[in-house]
Amino acid sequence: MPVTGAAKPEAESSEAEMKPPLPSTASSTVPADTRASAGRPAKTIETRDVNLFHGNFQAVEGVTMTVEPNKVTALIGSSGCGKTTFLRSLNRMHELTAGARMEGEITLDGHDVYGRGVDPVQVRRLVGMVFQQPNPFPTMSIYDNVAAGLNLSQGKVKRVDRDAIVERSLRGAHLWSEVKDRLEKPGAGLSGGQQQRLCIARAIAVEPEVLLMDEPCSALDPVATLAIEDLIGELKTKYTIAIVTHNMQQASRASDVTAFFNLEATGKPGRLIEIGPTEKIFTSPSQQATEDYVSGRFG
Amino acid sequence: MTALDGHVLPDWAPYGACAASAGLVALLLLAAGSFSVALLLACTAVVACIVTYSWSRAIEGPRRAKDRLVTLLILSAFALALIPLLSLVFEVAKRGIPGLSLEFLTSDARGKIGGGGAAHALVGTLVITGVAALISVPIGLMAAIYLTEYGEGRLRRALTFFVDVMTGVPSIVAGLFAYAIFALVFGPGIRLGVMGSVALSVLMIPIVIRTSEEVLKIVPNHLREAAYALGAPKWKTIVRVVLPTAFAGLITGVMIALARVVGETAPLLVTTGVVDSINSNPLEGRMQNLAVYAYSEYRTPGVFKQASYDRAWAAALLLIVIVMVLNLVARLIYRRYRTETR
Repeated sequence: MPVTGAAKPEAESSEAEMKPPLPSTASSTVPADTRASAGRPAKTIETRDVNLFHGNFQAVEGVTMTVEPNKVTALIGSSGCGKTTFLRSLNRMHELTAGARMEGEITLDGHDVYGRGVDPVQVRRLVGMVFQQPNPFPTMSIYDNVAAGLNLSQGKVKRVDRDAIVERSLRGAHLWSEVKDRLEKPGAGLSGGQQQRLCIARAIAVEPEVLLMDEPCSALDPVATLAIEDLIGELKTKYTIAIVTHNMQQASRASDVTAFFNLEATGKPGRLIEIGPTEKIFTSPSQQATEDYVSGRFG
Repeated sequence: MTALDGHVLPDWAPYGACAASAGLVALLLLAAGSFSVALLLACTAVVACIVTYSWSRAIEGPRRAKDRLVTLLILSAFALALIPLLSLVFEVAKRGIPGLSLEFLTSDARGKIGGGGAAHALVGTLVITGVAALISVPIGLMAAIYLTEYGEGRLRRALTFFVDVMTGVPSIVAGLFAYAIFALVFGPGIRLGVMGSVALSVLMIPIVIRTSEEVLKIVPNHLREAAYALGAPKWKTIVRVVLPTAFAGLITGVMIALARVVGETAPLLVTTGVVDSINSNPLEGRMQNLAVYAYSEYRTPGVFKQASYDRAWAAALLLIVIVMVLNLVARLIYRRYRTETR
């Protein structure tokens, strides 16, 4: 990976600024038993005091947390509190909007993602993203959509290898049996749930280290949502996953770690209030604001 | 009559009113001895409006009457706008068809006294316009891509301003510009097919830029984001995702630009010259084209005047047909390649 910057020590850095110290599951070391089954170790993302700006307006303030490998981290919070902005900064999509700025430190497996000389295109090959609205490429067939990541980022891949990768990704996204007979049909001809699974297949075809998902189920019906949640549960054995969601039931069902974001008032930047194991956040959170949010008193 | 109770004019009412007005006006004009189609149409329109309005108001009420009146007025305006177009096509067809013949389409005018055809002009038009497209499309497309995907700040504003100015350049100025450039290099009196192409591309480029820019802007941003999130560099995103999605619109824009320039006479008059034989090499010698051919046949007819005039009209008809074909092809391509972007 062509990055600069010293590798960070794997000490506990995450929650130093948050109130009660959280138990050791918040550690940033990679325990041996969570190594990915395919022999590819999943990577950790650590952020330290991240501030995100849109021009002069500060959207996110002082976020320090860890996205742990082989776990699903859910980012929850009310609308406008910066969860999506923060998620997009993890794969350097935030800087695509005009006037966007990042201050702080974000590292992927110890390497500074925003270091001098780091190519954002390389970062995005390692940290993939699935969006809220399914967005398959309309001019491409299903096969080409899944292979798009290969064509767009890695250049020529032999036909045989490409077929294998497409099949593997579609199987991984639980879409193979539904589309294997119509791979040349246009990608836009599927239902919403199928399109989103197609986008997931497309994202995992390039084998990223981390998968970011921005409210992947909010445009889908409950049955499709359940299918995607099952899929996420399977994918976490191979990837590190961070998912932004408005749906608290989904967060409690599908995630291992939950991070709660909140705003003090409109116009103020969003902050990370609390992060911890999902069960703890939802049953006995340490912050009052967290408790109010998860019990539905606001938001 | 309660508020909801209403009487309605019979279905044939508007047509009946127009027919009756036409009949009345015709009788009056004949009696006054000054019958003409234009007067008939104009007076019928006025009388029909009056008749329909008063009849409707009496039976249906003021609101319906106003509705019918305004409908009639709009239809009259539409007919008025359509009249020049229809009469033009009709006239050209009427005068041009006698000149059309196999000889017209296949032979040139070299050495033919009082005969010959426009094959050289046809070939010339196709070659000159084709080369103009070859020059304009890459330049225009790349400028549009710059303006949509990369441009910002002062350079972008300046470019947009100049493109707007270029759309208003008179065609003769474009021709003189092309002539001046080539005269500087090759000396005065130079006439080449490619000069005409350069002049036409000065006229085509702003149109291509404008239409391409619009079409590229319509490509939704979430498609670009999807490509970026896969780790695609910007240029690859543009080439593999944005351009294919906008393909149908881009082709339509090029066709529209072509249709605009295919009939330009003034720039070609000063750049490509007049010649009687077929020349399909744009880099060598004069080249005839349909627009200049029509002009020269009319201006300097040969021994048989009527035959020359017929050929001029036929050339004009051919030009109209070419423009129609271009527009049709543009529509077909658009329908075939259009992508639904959510």
